[in-house]
Amino acid sequence: MNDELRYLAARAATGGLSRRAFLGRAAALGVTTIAAGTMLSDAARAAEPKKGGSLTMGLGGGNSTDTLDPALAASQVPFVYLMTAGDRLTDVGPKNEIVMNLAEEVSSDKEAKTWTFKIRKGVKFHNGKDLTPDDVHKTMLRHSDKDSKSGALGIMKGIESMKVDGDNFVVTLHSPNADLPFLMADYHLIIQPNGGMDKPDAGIFTGPYKIDNFEPGVRITFSKNKDYWNEKVGHYDNIVMLVINDATARNAALQSGQVQMVNSVDPKTANLLKRVAKNVDVTAASGRGFYCFNMFCDTKPFENNDLRMALKLAIDREELVKKILAGYGSVGNDMPVNKAYPLFPTDIPQRSYDPDKAKHHFKKSGHDGPITLLTADGAFAGAVDAAQLFQQSAAKAGITIDVKRQPNDGYWTDVWNKKPFSASYWGGRPTQDQMYSTAYISSADWNDTRFKDPKFDKIIVEARGELDKSKREQLYHEAGMMMRDQGGLINPMFNQFVNAHDKSKVAGWFEYPNQDLMNGLAGVLCWQA
Amino acid sequence: MNTLLKLVVQRVALGILLLFAASILIFVGTNILPGDVAQAVLGQSATPQALANLRAELGLDQPAYIRYFEWLAGVLHGDLGKSLTNGQDIAAAIGQRLSNTLFLAAVSAIIAVPLAITLGLIAVRYRDRWPDKVISAVTLASVSVPEFLLGYILMYFLAVQFHIAPSVSTIYPGMSFWAKLHAITLPVIVLVLVVQGQMMRMTRAAVLNLMQSAYIETAELKGLRPFLIIARHAFPNAISPVINVVMINLAYLVVGIVVTEVVFVYPGMGQYLVDHVSKRDVPVVQACGLIFAAVYIGLNMLADVISILANPRLRHPK
Repeated sequence: MNDELRYLAARAATGGLSRRAFLGRAAALGVTTIAAGTMLSDAARAAEPKKGGSLTMGLGGGNSTDTLDPALAASQVPFVYLMTAGDRLTDVGPKNEIVMNLAEEVSSDKEAKTWTFKIRKGVKFHNGKDLTPDDVHKTMLRHSDKDSKSGALGIMKGIESMKVDGDNFVVTLHSPNADLPFLMADYHLIIQPNGGMDKPDAGIFTGPYKIDNFEPGVRITFSKNKDYWNEKVGHYDNIVMLVINDATARNAALQSGQVQMVNSVDPKTANLLKRVAKNVDVTAASGRGFYCFNMFCDTKPFENNDLRMALKLAIDREELVKKILAGYGSVGNDMPVNKAYPLFPTDIPQRSYDPDKAKHHFKKSGHDGPITLLTADGAFAGAVDAAQLFQQSAAKAGITIDVKRQPNDGYWTDVWNKKPFSASYWGGRPTQDQMYSTAYISSADWNDTRFKDPKFDKIIVEARGELDKSKREQLYHEAGMMMRDQGGLINPMFNQFVNAHDKSKVAGWFEYPNQDLMNGLAGVLCWQA
Repeated sequence: MNTLLKLVVQRVALGILLLFAASILIFVGTNILPGDVAQAVLGQSATPQALANLRAELGLDQPAYIRYFEWLAGVLHGDLGKSLTNGQDIAAAIGQRLSNTLFLAAVSAIIAVPLAITLGLIAVRYRDRWPDKVISAVTLASVSVPEFLLGYILMYFLAVQFHIAPSVSTIYPGMSFWAKLHAITLPVIVLVLVVQGQMMRMTRAAVLNLMQSAYIETAELKGLRPFLIIARHAFPNAISPVINVVMINLAYLVVGIVVTEVVFVYPGMGQYLVDHVSKRDVPVVQACGLIFAAVYIGLNMLADVISILANPRLRHPK
């Protein structure tokens, strides 16, 4: 049974897809109705979540300097423990849809400038206190303070004012933004009692699990929050997260059965792990992070679009995904966004390696001589190798690239966003608007390709305030085409989040793109097999 | 006896002096690290005002020697300061980590030291015969393999293949003593193998040296059993060099096992120090440095004192 069908069956069994729709889709995939029906009843049996038991996870990306203050979280382990213990107003679901969490309903005025979040009633914090709209308001105030060190400060900048109105929390923006519900799903914006103003790292949230022990960089233990408002999630009685920063040790812990789930499987050993451990399922979720090469559109020789196009055509994307990401990734299309983003324009043709066309554009640009590309291992894992592969594929198109390796120390202060052609990466943003606004509009602080086009800026602003979905999709299509054909970004590949779990012990895993460990919710959504 | 007491007091005083010198080195070292602590804490987007505020708060606007004495006064009162990254009290946080490190070091030492000495003595007894060769080959091989590789090999066989011992050695408060011992099985084996070689070789060499002496020959002529001669007559006279090597290895077990900690996910001092160095958390780095220096100096001092006690000749320098 292929993965799509399995996913559909699971969705149908949990009520995400009607039986009729499932049979239709199964038929489209070439499965007979009877076979599909059997499949559905199997899935329904398997999808009946079992309550109880405990889950131990082995996680990389933790540190003894980690804290429980959601504002300061920046690495993988804090992300996962905050998602497990805390609630946001909204979440972004597996199909990039908005899922209501502490907000019961979201609505906006016609302009998408004033947004109203109806706050769920009867929700209790882990200390027994009731959740009020005032707690939500205070949380947002804390994250939007100018001097705040919050990782969500950039998101909060667009907010003009906030207030509590009865059961509602009302946000007024400086300018229209149809993406606000997506932005509120940011993992820093976890609701705390009194906004966490009294003690930001108290670890008191409203989520499905309470934090019992917090030993940063070592071990975090949780027990089920018996008062949790949503009975459909949080099946385990206990969850333990062990911080295991060494990739080999993580794999060994999974193989020896000490943990049932791990994150950050090294792509180079993922296939090996799959082969030697029969009970282990290695999963890859597409993310929004990408590895790229940036050209300054205002600096010689890159101000010439033919030269930029020549370089874009001279990179072998498939090869990079295969060799640098060991296949755990997808090819990029010279846009900073991919299908992990809501409203992604899927109909834009994929650019591929074409040395002949590259040669043609290179000649047309009139440029002569080598082009210097700066890279460092700190730019992204494998950046030096990637630059050399680029050099070889470009040589076949008659373009000479001079790869200059730079020290990791100071790469982000002295090379990135300073030199006209360098290797870099982006971790992605929750929405297309955020990604484009952060780095590709004229006024962006981090315009690391110096792409400045008033027409492009206008499209982005227009799309931001547009509430009509199809119009918005059309605008993002245009923006994507402009980026792809005129931008200074060479984006050959998006990386993936590679996880593994013991399928004889863990059930309920499904493909949840965008982030590590099912958007950090693996402990909340899975159950004991 | 009086001279002995005097010597010991001298050694201790010297040790304390050395510790002060080390504290100056640590302070200077952490202060000449490139970059400013306030900048490191606030990140790239810090405003000049915020930087100035934080500098004043941390006392960075004062001259270095004043800061040194303030820090020293704090340390002498048991106040190691607060961590810059998460605001935790350093003394409390280190206490837990240090006791973990000492636990692992103690268990490893209790196994490794008697084992190494016994093996050394056996090697002498069967000098140049097969037991000597086997012992030498095995200990030298285990010293030559890097610890992390040794760790992975043991993990593969003992944890993944045969499920004898856990591959993750996380221990935490509330675990029973036996559960803790079970958890640290693999790191203890690795550490025992790693420190074994040097101690065993030193025992063998020091005792062999004495085996040519006239008094050993007398003992042999008396008809004593060979092992008794080695253990009773030769070894006590060889104790000084052996003690020195044992102490160096004990110090290593406390301050040098960060790689083993990482491989087995053991919450000890090494991992704690490395995490805070990468975040430029200077007060924590200083506190760890001082503790490591104290361990080294303390153990070496102990080695000196035991050597003096064991060897009357050292009490009467020419």
